[in-house]
Formats: sequence, structure tokens, C-alpha cells
Amino acid sequence: MPALEKGDVIAVMGDFKDPNRLISAAKSIHAAGYTKFDIYTPYPVHGLEKAMGVPKTSLPKFALAGGLFGLLCAFALQYWTGAIEYKLNIGGKPLFAPQFGVPVFFELTVLCTGLTVFFVMFGYLNRLPNWHSKYQYDEGFQAATDDNFCVVLEANDPRFTVENAQELLRRLGADNVRVVHETIEQD
Amino acid sequence: MEAKEHATVASAGYSSGAVVLNGYHDNLAAKPVREPLVLGNKTIHQITEDICGIAEQKATPKFWAAFLVSLLVTAAGVGALAYTIGVGIGVWGLNNTVGWGWDITNFVFWVGIGHAGTLISAILFLFRQKWRTAINRSAEAMTIFAVINAAIFVLTHTGRPWFDYWLLPYPNQMKMWVNFRSPLEWDVFAVSTYFTISLLFWFTGLVPDLATLRNRAKTKIAKAAYTIFSLGWTGSTRNWHHYEFAYLIFAGLSTPLVLSVHSIVSFDFAVSILPGWHTTIFPPYFVAGAIFSGFAMVLTLMLVAREVLDLHDYITLKHIDNMNKILLATGMMVGYAYAMEFFIAWYSGNPYERFVFINRATGDYAWSYWAMITCNVISPQFFWSAKLRRNVWFTFVLSIFVNIGMWFERFTIISTSLHHGYLPSSWQYYTPTWVEITIFIGTFGLFMTFFLLFAKYLPIIAIAEVKSIMPGAQPSHHHHEDEKHTEHSEYTEQHVEANNVQAQRR
Repeated sequence: MPALEKGDVIAVMGDFKDPNRLISAAKSIHAAGYTKFDIYTPYPVHGLEKAMGVPKTSLPKFALAGGLFGLLCAFALQYWTGAIEYKLNIGGKPLFAPQFGVPVFFELTVLCTGLTVFFVMFGYLNRLPNWHSKYQYDEGFQAATDDNFCVVLEANDPRFTVENAQELLRRLGADNVRVVHETIEQD
Repeated sequence: MEAKEHATVASAGYSSGAVVLNGYHDNLAAKPVREPLVLGNKTIHQITEDICGIAEQKATPKFWAAFLVSLLVTAAGVGALAYTIGVGIGVWGLNNTVGWGWDITNFVFWVGIGHAGTLISAILFLFRQKWRTAINRSAEAMTIFAVINAAIFVLTHTGRPWFDYWLLPYPNQMKMWVNFRSPLEWDVFAVSTYFTISLLFWFTGLVPDLATLRNRAKTKIAKAAYTIFSLGWTGSTRNWHHYEFAYLIFAGLSTPLVLSVHSIVSFDFAVSILPGWHTTIFPPYFVAGAIFSGFAMVLTLMLVAREVLDLHDYITLKHIDNMNKILLATGMMVGYAYAMEFFIAWYSGNPYERFVFINRATGDYAWSYWAMITCNVISPQFFWSAKLRRNVWFTFVLSIFVNIGMWFERFTIISTSLHHGYLPSSWQYYTPTWVEITIFIGTFGLFMTFFLLFAKYLPIIAIAEVKSIMPGAQPSHHHHEDEKHTEHSEYTEQHVEANNVQAQRR
């Protein structure tokens, strides 16, 4: 285990246990003008992203584009291979007809939509995989995958000062309000 | 006072479980009493402990014994499979008349098993059936393992599996392309899409739970593995927002997908012109049958897992009751389809069609037909009784009956239509050889091997999803009625204003 050293202040954190308090806290932090803050929760809390003022996800647009791409591919594939490149008469059936194309249209639409949603959601919108988080040494932050709602006011927010952030979280009823320093691993 | 509160939290630590979800008992008093989905009045932390505990405990001798047996059975199947591939499918019992036997029966059987997983994870999600959270993870895992087994049969029945890539449309030196007019080609697309989407859906669901395991992992290997596969998930609300939408889209995609897969599998039969296969009822009939058989398999496995892993608080009698109701409903749909097939055979006036159906019930394979009727139509009728629906042993035995019945359904459909075709001179009887039987038993071994590994190393219950449906886990909709919260938010808004003013001054 490398030695750990404390660096600059990177955030002020506070914990919540009650979802109702958490929602009103999120509203208040948003109303106070903070933009660089996040709340880490063990499961999605209904309405929390709205309370935080998180803009609506653009994922459906990507999904639609992926689906249309799949549909187009399925059409092009069946039409070009069947009616242009390899004209094979089988029992006098048409070389291409949308009727027999339906199953492949559908399957490729679904396949491309699914792949797009998966990679765009994790890779592009959520920036994962990302195997290191600068907060990962904080116990309360870790407990956010267990039973803790961890509010993080980031130090790079233009409104951030250590005192104000601490005061705000305390007033909102957060437990264990703490200043978190950067952890530098030394080999 | 604030300091005092602070101190208790600090001393108790993060995972004290001291915070019992409030409002639970109040809710019960205010609303008509509904059976809770998770028993034992658990805290959120206890859920983490219970489910991660299964993956974290040392493997017991019982586990290794079960694993070894499964592995041996798999090995037998692999041996028979290697023999088939080495010598050719002539070692199977197929003959010139009956060209599809246990291979396609087993393919349809296994694909069908998978359907319950997708139904639970996608369709019940769209219908907001919260009880699904206890069983969706394992049912989805089952889907994936079942489709792998199905693929084994469909890929080896081609005879020369090393040329299976010919099934895919790819540019080649022969300048040939696949035939998109064939339902067998549709099958290639349907099954591979189904497998891919099921895998992505399952993995997406696993990520937050793997992060939970990662943050608790004690050993180096476990930590590394859970770290890699949890992708660095932190539980950020900004991430959850995209994640939940992706989950919704996956559910929306999987719902028509699962209906399409077995419809397309049924086209393999329905698009042909063989009496007994060439019917328009096949797609819905196959889908209902798939869900019927899938739920039976989910019940069989879940009842065992519930006992062995002590999941009584999570998979409750209510869950078993609900699943049995679905079993009853889909069983009746299947029964209706059997009756309707007979009616149409008579009503169509087609002598070939009529012959096939009379032959089904009275001919060489009548034993198979009546086994199917007994297991699929008669046995689920017991579930009209609420008492029997909540009887674990009875459900277990009955679920096995349904599994057997649904296997016989596919066998009946395939063998009766083939063995007595249009040309009486080529009528033949089909019996499988030991090779086919061993491969089939081997796939059960593989299924159990995968399932045991899954149950041991991955969260067998969707932790984050179960947490999210706990009473008091979500903000209450009427929280302005709650005095404490109203006071609280007024109190904070004043201070937020003050804070704003301070910030502006700076």
C-alpha cells in the first residue's frame, strides 16, 4: 500500500439518511447557485436529479439515431445482397420484398439501439470506465454504494469557499460535514 | 442538539444500520395493509449485508460438491458433443424422414426458458411490478445461460459446425450471400440479437451492485475483479439519471424483442407447409409457451436458491404466489392453443391436417402428447387454490412437471408432424441415441455450472433495485403534509437566501 499524503481541498461533503431531507437539501443547493456538486446515492432517488437541476438526458436522441441506423443497415443489407449483388431465384419468390424483410429490420433496429444506448450511456454520458475517483478515499463517499446519501460540493465551483460550503451543508441538516483533501499516493 | 446528533452518527459509523427507515409503520397504518415485498423490517444497510454476504462468504463444501457434479455432467455433454462433431450427426437417431429431433426440440426448449427472464426484467418493469426486483437478476442470468445452451444445439445441428459462420452475411470469395427469405436466417438474427441485448441489459443492471461489492471487497483478486467490472461506478445522481433512462430504453426494447424471438422461432415451423406446423396461431402460442416454461424454470431454480442461500426474506411467499399466477395464466393460454389447433384441424376440412392431429393424440407419439397435456394443461389448474400457490414443496414439484411438459410440447410438435408426412411410404419412427440424450443432460450441467458460479460471485438479487423499493427509501409524495419537513425546508430556504447574499457580496 503506497503512503497517502494530503493535498489541496477538493470538496466539502455531508451525509444524509432521509430521502425527504435530501430532496430539499438538493433544491436548496441548486437554489444557492452551486453548479459543481453531486449527490452519491446507493440507488436512484426519485426526483433527486430534478431537485438538483440536472438537465434532461440526451440519451433518447442517441437511441433514436442508433435505431434508425440499424433499420437502414437492415434494409440496405437485404436489398443490396438479394436484389442487386446475388440474384438467386428461390421458388419464384421476389428478390426483395419488405414483407420478408420485417424480422431482420426489427432485429437490427433493436440491436443497434441497444448497443448505442449501452455505449453512449456508460462511455459518453457517464464517462465510464473511470477506475479512479479523487473522492474514493472518503469513507462516507464509499458508503454511498451501501446506505449513505453523500452530498459533495466540489472545490472548483465558482461559489465555493470552505466556510460557506460547510455552513450550507450544516444548515441543510447534513451529518458529518467534512472538508476533503486531495489524496496523493506516494510510491 | 445538532452536535449530539452528529456524535451518534459518528460513533455508530456509516454502516451501523441504526437508521431504521422512518415512516414505514405510519404508512402501514394510513394505507390498507399490503404484504411487504421484503420481510424482516430490514434497513438499507442490512440488504447490502445480506446479499453481498452471499458472494463474500467462503464457498462451502456443499457448493463445491454441487459444482463438481455440474461440471461432471457438463463434461459428459461435452464428450458427446465432441463425438458428434468428430463423427458427424449420423450418430444421432435422426433418419431421412425425421430430420429434426432432440436437437431442435432442445433448442426451442432452451430459448423458451430464457423468455421468463426477459419478461420479468422488461415487461414487469414497464408495468411497474415492484415484486420483480427480488427475482429479476437471477432470471436474467438464467436467460443468458439458457440462450447459450440453445445456441449449442442450433450450431451443432448444422452438421459441420466449423462452417457456422456461413450463417452470417459477410463478403466472401464465393460471392454468395445468405438467403433472407428463409425463416432460418431470421432466426440467426433473432437469437443473436436476443443474446446480445439480454447480456447488455443484465450487465447494465449489475454495474451498481458490483460497485457495492467493490467497496466492500477484502481480498486483492475480488477487489480487482469487481473494480474492473463495476467500471468505476460511484452512485452519482448525474450518472443515475442517464442510467435510469438507459434502463427504461432497454426494457422498452426487450419487450417487443422477447415477443419477436419466439415468434421467429415459431416461423421456422409455421412458414413451412407441413400439416401441424403451417398455422397462424404459432407465434402467440409459442410465446405463451415460452413464458410458461420460463417461469417454471425460474421457480425451480429460485426455490432451491431460496433454501440453500437463505433468501426467505427476499423471495417471499408473495413472490411465489405471483409467479404461480403467471404460470396458471400462461398455462391456460397454452391449453387454449392446443384446443384451437384441434378445432382448426377439423374446421379447415383439410384431411392432412386432420390426420396429423388425430395421429398426435392416438398415434405412435400419443405418449408424448398425453404427457404434454397432463403436465401443461391439467397440472397448473391446481394453482386456482391460493393455499397451493403458497405451498413451496407443491410449487417445486409442479414447476418440474411444467418443465417436462413444455419439453414434450416441442417434441410432440416436431416429431409428429415429421414422422408421418404426405408420403406414407417414407413414414418412420424416431428415437434418440445415447449421444443426443447425453448432450441434452450435459446442457443441464452447463446451465447449473453457470448458475452456481453466478450465485457464488455475483449479487444474486438486484441490490440497488431492492433498496429503491423499500418502504421509506424514496421521498414521500406528500411530504409537505409532514410538519417536520415543512419546517425544515422553510428553515433552510432562509439560510440559502443568506448564503446567496454572501456569495454575491464576494
